[in-house]
Amino acid sequence: MADLRYIDAINQAHHEEFARDERVVVLGEDVGRKGGVFGATAGLLEKYGEGRVIDSPLAESSIAGVAIGMAANGLLPIAEFQFADFIHPAFNQIVSEAARMRYRSHNAFGCPVVFRTPFGGAHGTALYHSQSIEAFYAHVPGLKVVVPSTPADAKGLFKAAVRDPDPVMFLEHKRMYRIVKGPVPDGDHVVPIGPAVVRRAGTGLSVFAYGWMLHEALAVAEELAPEGISMEVVDVRTLAPLDTDTVLKSVAKTSRALVIYEDNRFCGYGAEIAALIAEEAFYDLDAPVVRLAGPDVPGIPYSKPLEEWFFTDRAKIAAAVRALAGL
Amino acid sequence: MPVEVTMPQLGESTYEGTIGKWLKQPGDQVERFEPLVEIITDKVNVEMPAPFGGTLTAVLVAEGATVNVGTPIAMMETSGAVAAAADVRPAGAPPPPPEDGDGERARLSPVVRRLAEEHGLALDEIAGLPGSGAGGRLTKDDLLKYLERRAGGSARPAAAVTAAPRPPAPPGTVVPAPSRPFPPPAAPSGTDDEVVKLSPLRRSIAQRMAQSKREIPHAYGVIEADVTMLTRWREANKEQWRAREGVNITLTAFFIKAAAEAIKVFPMVNSAWTDDGILMRKAINIGVGIALDEGLIVAVVKHADQKSLVGVARDLDGLGRRARDGKLTLEDVQGGTFTITNPGVFGSIWSMPIVVPGQAAILATDAVVKRPVVRGEGIAVRDIMHLGLSFDHRIFDGAVAVQFLNRLKAKLEGFPGGDAALTDF
Repeated sequence: MADLRYIDAINQAHHEEFARDERVVVLGEDVGRKGGVFGATAGLLEKYGEGRVIDSPLAESSIAGVAIGMAANGLLPIAEFQFADFIHPAFNQIVSEAARMRYRSHNAFGCPVVFRTPFGGAHGTALYHSQSIEAFYAHVPGLKVVVPSTPADAKGLFKAAVRDPDPVMFLEHKRMYRIVKGPVPDGDHVVPIGPAVVRRAGTGLSVFAYGWMLHEALAVAEELAPEGISMEVVDVRTLAPLDTDTVLKSVAKTSRALVIYEDNRFCGYGAEIAALIAEEAFYDLDAPVVRLAGPDVPGIPYSKPLEEWFFTDRAKIAAAVRALAGL
Repeated sequence: MPVEVTMPQLGESTYEGTIGKWLKQPGDQVERFEPLVEIITDKVNVEMPAPFGGTLTAVLVAEGATVNVGTPIAMMETSGAVAAAADVRPAGAPPPPPEDGDGERARLSPVVRRLAEEHGLALDEIAGLPGSGAGGRLTKDDLLKYLERRAGGSARPAAAVTAAPRPPAPPGTVVPAPSRPFPPPAAPSGTDDEVVKLSPLRRSIAQRMAQSKREIPHAYGVIEADVTMLTRWREANKEQWRAREGVNITLTAFFIKAAAEAIKVFPMVNSAWTDDGILMRKAINIGVGIALDEGLIVAVVKHADQKSLVGVARDLDGLGRRARDGKLTLEDVQGGTFTITNPGVFGSIWSMPIVVPGQAAILATDAVVKRPVVRGEGIAVRDIMHLGLSFDHRIFDGAVAVQFLNRLKAKLEGFPGGDAALTDF
């Protein structure tokens, strides 16, 4: 078990899956000679050649479409999109084709593609390199959506995604790539798609988060513990299908729920968790379910003060937690 | 068709009423809005108008009996459609409070309700428990702790059964302080102690005062005012004023006028806390505590800022008279936005009153006492009093409170007296 950065765990998982199964291929912009815009595919071209590591044209719709065709013909493609912000042209291929393949073919074909893409805001990445896109895809039946938040999960869930017989949206919060480090099991470490995990047990209130927000929530939990606020922090990690049992069990224990997501608040993914709790755990609730999310403006601004205004940071989380704990 | 007549809600915080006298007897024809029954509450006595026209068929609650608001008190026979269309609220009664209105109806979270049901607790029982949540809300933790204590036997038994007398503590042991909720003291057990039944007024005062202390973070400010000029002027002129105006111009009237002026400068003092924000009240209606044998009642001088000193004094006189005769109307006791209590009449020199729920502050005017004070290089004997403000610290801070008090003080001290006219104050 080595301590790896998040991006290195992704890269390691690529290498191991490429070695394990020759049907695994990767395609995307700059995945070959450059090794990926963030380095996720570094070293693959040298080892496996242009037949399995394909630099694609700047055309996301074709990256998705070609990957779907490869999958239909027996390969296990990984389609990389440099930034989630650029995936929108591929929406039609992913939603209308990949997600519905099994349904449309009466269970005759699956579509084992991994659509990998970095999402979320980092410092100064502004409108075209900061978007959160998970809600669009979590809404679509037939797609699995995972957001691993630790290096170990990044490796384990990536392996599960490659081996999944159906399409998986694999979303990596780009701010974690080089900041988040952690122990990663050696060898064939697979984390099943589906189960959420309680990262920190607590009794006062439950916080549900994923991606960078999870790390901020954990930091706040540490910060507020001396105040006597006991936060349970649940890493949702698979957005679709959602692990409703873990969510409801946590709320049954704490009776208070705060859902955090970086995306715009309205119709964001966390709204689904909030609705689930309201419907299924009403008689466990001691206070209204609270959502903490980005403001409903069209993008994360470039200006530093405005970016800070947009971001859900530790101070905002701490304020929301204190308010909910005091209700 | 037969319809029920229920005990109406008379006043903002009443929840029970006593049947004074039935003005109609079974068999009588009653016009809608015709006086049907006299009802006595903690605050007022009113004649309740018939909510429907028809025949009074049965009286369900006897004269002298006290029942909760909403309890059926009589049956009437009406002609079908009329009853359905009739507004069942008696004329003059305030509209029913919104479902989750002012705390009269317990607001309990879903998990608290579920736990209560699982443990066979009546909602009425738990609604009265003090809560640690926002606004005194009962939380799950509060209820679980209550259940624990209850299981441990230290809490009140669920049903009102005769409590076994507590064994006396062995000498030298320390009796633990009561934890919330306070267990009631043991029932009289062979001693001369007796339980005095709560009058509706006492119960209402208890409930309102406890609510205020539970929900409002009180803070206090007290300043000293030299009212020598004012009291001299009043002593010299009061008989003449009484002869001319037909009413005693009391010190309280001066305080009300001065307070109304100070409120104009510091309107925050005339506000109320709500979860949505601070409700700034435009009318300045000053409640004044009137001590009766049964307890304290607050009557309201409406629009005090728009009245002359004599007008305020007349209002006070009328309210006091009606209070002592038990003839206060709902109008007399409702709508207060600020309150003045006058413990000085009993000799108190330093009081810290409780804010009336729904208001921001209460002014205590303490006794005027002759004191030696330093004036310039000498010591003088002056009429000194304390002006104390208890206030809701959520709404404003000490700076506002003391500035308000200083404004009041300036008004009371700054008056030259002498041959000034009443209208000059």
